[in-house]
Amino acid sequence: MALPGESAAEAAAVLASSLESVLGSRANANRAFEILERLQAEDEEVILCAVRTCSRLFGALLERGELFVGQLPDEEASLQEGYSAEDKYKVWMRHRYNSCINCLVELMSHESFQVQELVLSTLMKFVDLEAKHPLMKAEWKGKICFPRELLKLVVASLIPVEADSSLLISQFQQYLEYDDVRFFAMKAVADNIGHVMQRMKEAPPPVYQQNVFSLISSISVPSRESEIANFLVKQAGNYEEWKVSKLKEHRLAFERMWLGFLKHKLPSSLYRKVLVILHDSILPHMNEPTLLIDFLTAAYDIGGAISLLALNGLFILIHQHNLEYPDFYKKLYSLIDPSIFHVKYRARFFSLADLFLSSSHLPAYLVAAFIKRLSRLALTAPPQALLMVIPFLCNLLRRHPACKVLVHRPSGPADLLEDPYVMDAEEPSESRALESSLWELQTLQNHYYPDVAKAAAAINQSLSLLEDDITELLDLSASELFDKELKKKTPTVPLEFEQVRGLFGQKNDIFAEHFLLE
Amino acid sequence: KDFLFKKERENINRTQTLLKEYKERDKSNVFKDKRFGEYDTKISPEEKMMKRFAMERQQNYGKKSIYNLNEDEELTHYGQSLADIEKLNDIVDSDSDDTEEKGILSAELTAAHFGGGGGLLRRKAPMGQQDEEEEKPKSRKELIEELITKSKQEKRERQMQRENAMELTEKLDSEWKDIQALLAHKTPKNLEPERPLIPDEYDKMVRELGFEMKAQPSDRMKTEEEFAKEEQERLQKLEADRLRRMHGIDEQEKKKPKHMSADDLADGFILDKDDRCLLSYKAKRVEENQEEDGENGGNEREEESEPGSEDAEEATAEEIDAIDSHSDLESDTGSDEEASENEEEKKKHKRNKKKLQEEVEQNAKIEAARSELPYTFAAPESYEKLKSLLSGRTMEQQLVVLERIQKCNHPSLEVGNKAKLEKLFGFLLEYIGELATVEPPEVKTIDKLVLPLYHLCQMFPDAASNSVKLVFQDAAHDMEEMIEVKGRAAFPVLDMLIYLKITKILFPASDYWHPVVTPALVYMSQLLTKCPIATLQDVVKGLFVCCLFLDYVSLSQRFAPELINFLLGILHIATPKKGVLGYTLVHPFRPLGKNSEQLLVQDKEDMETWQKQNLPLHIMTRLTETLCFDLIKRCAALYGLLPSFHEIMQPIRGVLTEHLPVSRYPKHLQELHQNVMKELENKEKHYYPLVCEKKKPVPLKLYTPKIVKVLEFGRKQGANKEEQERQRLIHKHKREFKGAVREIRKDNQFLARMQLSETMDRDADRKRRVKQLFNSLATQEGEWKAMKRKKFKR
Repeated sequence: MALPGESAAEAAAVLASSLESVLGSRANANRAFEILERLQAEDEEVILCAVRTCSRLFGALLERGELFVGQLPDEEASLQEGYSAEDKYKVWMRHRYNSCINCLVELMSHESFQVQELVLSTLMKFVDLEAKHPLMKAEWKGKICFPRELLKLVVASLIPVEADSSLLISQFQQYLEYDDVRFFAMKAVADNIGHVMQRMKEAPPPVYQQNVFSLISSISVPSRESEIANFLVKQAGNYEEWKVSKLKEHRLAFERMWLGFLKHKLPSSLYRKVLVILHDSILPHMNEPTLLIDFLTAAYDIGGAISLLALNGLFILIHQHNLEYPDFYKKLYSLIDPSIFHVKYRARFFSLADLFLSSSHLPAYLVAAFIKRLSRLALTAPPQALLMVIPFLCNLLRRHPACKVLVHRPSGPADLLEDPYVMDAEEPSESRALESSLWELQTLQNHYYPDVAKAAAAINQSLSLLEDDITELLDLSASELFDKELKKKTPTVPLEFEQVRGLFGQKNDIFAEHFLLE
Repeated sequence: KDFLFKKERENINRTQTLLKEYKERDKSNVFKDKRFGEYDTKISPEEKMMKRFAMERQQNYGKKSIYNLNEDEELTHYGQSLADIEKLNDIVDSDSDDTEEKGILSAELTAAHFGGGGGLLRRKAPMGQQDEEEEKPKSRKELIEELITKSKQEKRERQMQRENAMELTEKLDSEWKDIQALLAHKTPKNLEPERPLIPDEYDKMVRELGFEMKAQPSDRMKTEEEFAKEEQERLQKLEADRLRRMHGIDEQEKKKPKHMSADDLADGFILDKDDRCLLSYKAKRVEENQEEDGENGGNEREEESEPGSEDAEEATAEEIDAIDSHSDLESDTGSDEEASENEEEKKKHKRNKKKLQEEVEQNAKIEAARSELPYTFAAPESYEKLKSLLSGRTMEQQLVVLERIQKCNHPSLEVGNKAKLEKLFGFLLEYIGELATVEPPEVKTIDKLVLPLYHLCQMFPDAASNSVKLVFQDAAHDMEEMIEVKGRAAFPVLDMLIYLKITKILFPASDYWHPVVTPALVYMSQLLTKCPIATLQDVVKGLFVCCLFLDYVSLSQRFAPELINFLLGILHIATPKKGVLGYTLVHPFRPLGKNSEQLLVQDKEDMETWQKQNLPLHIMTRLTETLCFDLIKRCAALYGLLPSFHEIMQPIRGVLTEHLPVSRYPKHLQELHQNVMKELENKEKHYYPLVCEKKKPVPLKLYTPKIVKVLEFGRKQGANKEEQERQRLIHKHKREFKGAVREIRKDNQFLARMQLSETMDRDADRKRRVKQLFNSLATQEGEWKAMKRKKFKR
């Protein structure tokens, strides 16, 4: 019997002997309790040992077929009713197996990762064995049985409400290779989200959402039906007919899972993460991508970086799924604010904006408003952003020759007192951008960074016909800029000729006025 | 015709070679012409003859001795057998001996040799003729023999003579050697008496004049005005050069002249030279300067009149600045070149005068320092060495040490010195960095150390720029790492700020592109955009960077968005209530945050604490806001001409007018605020629509003929040279092959023709002989028959 003060070595000896005797003869079946008891031990070593023993014991029993198959009768009832001794043993053993699984699932929230890992692999071994030796009676011939209940338990324990379990999830990913496991896992997740949300009443804990996200973001549905052939279940049966081998079903499950997840309010960091992967790992795998419209428009309305990120998904919907988005450009126009040159997603936004504004059917006033706004904001941009946005503006001018009045207005009013462009106007059509000129770029010709000045000087000449390639410039960072400058080679280094007179001794020195050397 | 001629020649050729072979086809023995050089056309006939003759002689010589078994080997002397010499009459003439004799033919000899025919000679020498006639009975052979013996005898005599002469000279030489020893020390004495003992006064003069360096016209002592003018011209030239670089015109084309003067290299210390020439012209214009001082207000004069004050340096700097500040606009606009030049000159005077004062008082100190220190220093090979040299010494001593290191290791003295001094720059830079990081920072020392740094930089621009670049690279990478790890960077410590300032001092910041300044600008831009402001120190550092930025771009008037953004952010921090902003803030500032009211001036205590704000870097004399306002003012002045000036300044104006609690500010701050506002409002709004530069009409395309080298006509041209060569060779081979085949065919035809003609000849011959045979037979028969008939008749 398990004692609180028992050492790991002793426990291991006891476990080994009881395993041997249980497997050796049915008379010793009761010793299985000794094993199960040690699952609840305090010592980590003992638990690990017990889990291993359980895995071997029930693994062997499952393979031998010594567990009851079919609807499990009540334990008490089975003893009284007229079952054969054989059946009675099997029923009893099956009950032990169930209690073992319950223990293991509890252990999934054990603080030690080692235990968690071992338990997970043990449970998945059971899933594997049950899939081979099903514990359910086939209702008809050829029906394929998958241990759905067991998997559900596993999945539920993978996404706990309290603790972060991303490590364990990454362990679980290897099982997601199997199409059937993935399929049932998706279903289980969808169910689990439903249950948890109901329980939590509108306030899902962020940790839980984080867990769910890390689990489901690693799920990807195969793109073709022929690719679904990797099953964990190895049974004689009609695989063609099985629901699991249908791509459509997979997609449906996938869609349900995501919709269930996105239905609820997300914390903004998670929002961003979802939006970042949305366009290439979620949208293409859905049966009905349009179902995400609500989510995306809501995200687009939030503003700031989230709006920028939502653009991408929205673009796919508009482009490929005939989504009508009223005032899309107006919205886009209002998205452009000074922070756009400083945020992380700058490259993404500009590549999309490039795409949106590439249509030659856009009205000139709209493009002009965009150009004017971007150039106005360029007055606050750092050099690395300027190097990208100036060619971008030049490209726009090239694409929309009607906007060229912005840089070339030979017969305009000579001396304006104000820039006609109205920066604050919400509507691009009211901004009067076409009456203005790009004085901002002219200003930038005096930028301190020589490359920027050079790029801005391009508007002095009539633009060449070919567009500049800005894809390389999109990701330019300040440190890259710095390194590039340092790498340039020069034959001679010009020197200051003014005689030096101490640190602050130059003429016109601002420092001498405000700082003291002390 | 040509063709016929060619055919003819071919035919001849064949008859000479092929036919010969054909005819000799059955012969095993060959006729060989062993005559030397018979078919060698290269050798001229005379030479050929000579060679043949020599060969013959050789052959004979060998043959002579080969069977002479009894005799010993012949002893020779100078190629002549000794026996022959002894005999004296039978000399084998050695050609090698007197070559010059070969060509000369004595009249006698010629007469003898060509005596028979030489009518000319005969006429010339009637005497000889007579002799000849007399001796005529002698046979020709005898005559020649006689002649030969005669000439040989003559030769012999001559040789004897020469040997005698040689012997004599040798003897003379040996004798001379004996005497020479006696003569050796006598000679100089013998020579001396030639010169007069006491040089004449006049001679002396002449000699002196001769040796005296000729004064060159250009080396005439310059007057002060000329020095001034020269200096001004130099500055003008440098300024023009700077402007050119500022506008980025033909950066690469023109090589930048070095700013070093010749003197600089000569003594390794610039200051001496500069002071010397400048002082002289300063003295003349003291009064003028005084007047200017008067203009600039009394307080400066007061400062000026206390030469003993320790802060002379600072005072000067401030003073200069004060003077300059009123000329700010003028020089900044840069439109009135002349005015600014004048201004510059005036400043120059002023500074020089100050310098003099300083120099006087410092000289004493330096002199003291000099006397204490050893005079030579080895250039430090590592940073630690330099540190050990400098640490523990006073500022003056450090300067002297550095100066002496520089002098002792001047590049002109030794080869390795250049590298040493180049290293010294890096060490010095490092040392300055360390001085800046100690607590409290020794800024004063740094201030002085900038001078040697500047000189080193002037001497080795490349090495200096590289080490400064390295500093920036490290700093930038550190910042990059920090951003990656923490997500944000912090303002650097004092040393980086000082490095940035030093960069400005060492290198021209106004260049369109400069290998050191441009990275520095990028680095500063990163500082201003990536470092969030958390403490008051950050604000000061940020404003310091702003100052630097403004300083960098002040001459070139370049636009720096980061600068404006940062100033706006600082102002934002200084505003109390955050209502509707009317402007947008840019990274790293946020509209709301815990630091957003940090700089709010609320009551007097705040102000006082700030006035005493002790920063590790410098003591800030005034409020941060003052600085901020001043910077804005300067920016406004600087960017006033930019076309979108109002758009740039609009947010700042908004903050200044609406959000700042100006009424609660102390008086001077309010004044400043007013000034700034005025500066901002004063700018006129002018918007001229943009017009592109006119496109040049595109000229019609002129197609210059494409010239391809034709190597072989009718051949495809290969793509590249190798291919062409290959093609050419293949072609050549083909042609040669064809030619060879044709040749062989022709040869065969020729042979066949020959054979045919041979058989024809043979046939004809046989026919002829058969006919002859028949003929004779017929005649025989006829005779026989005739005989028979005769018989029968009988």
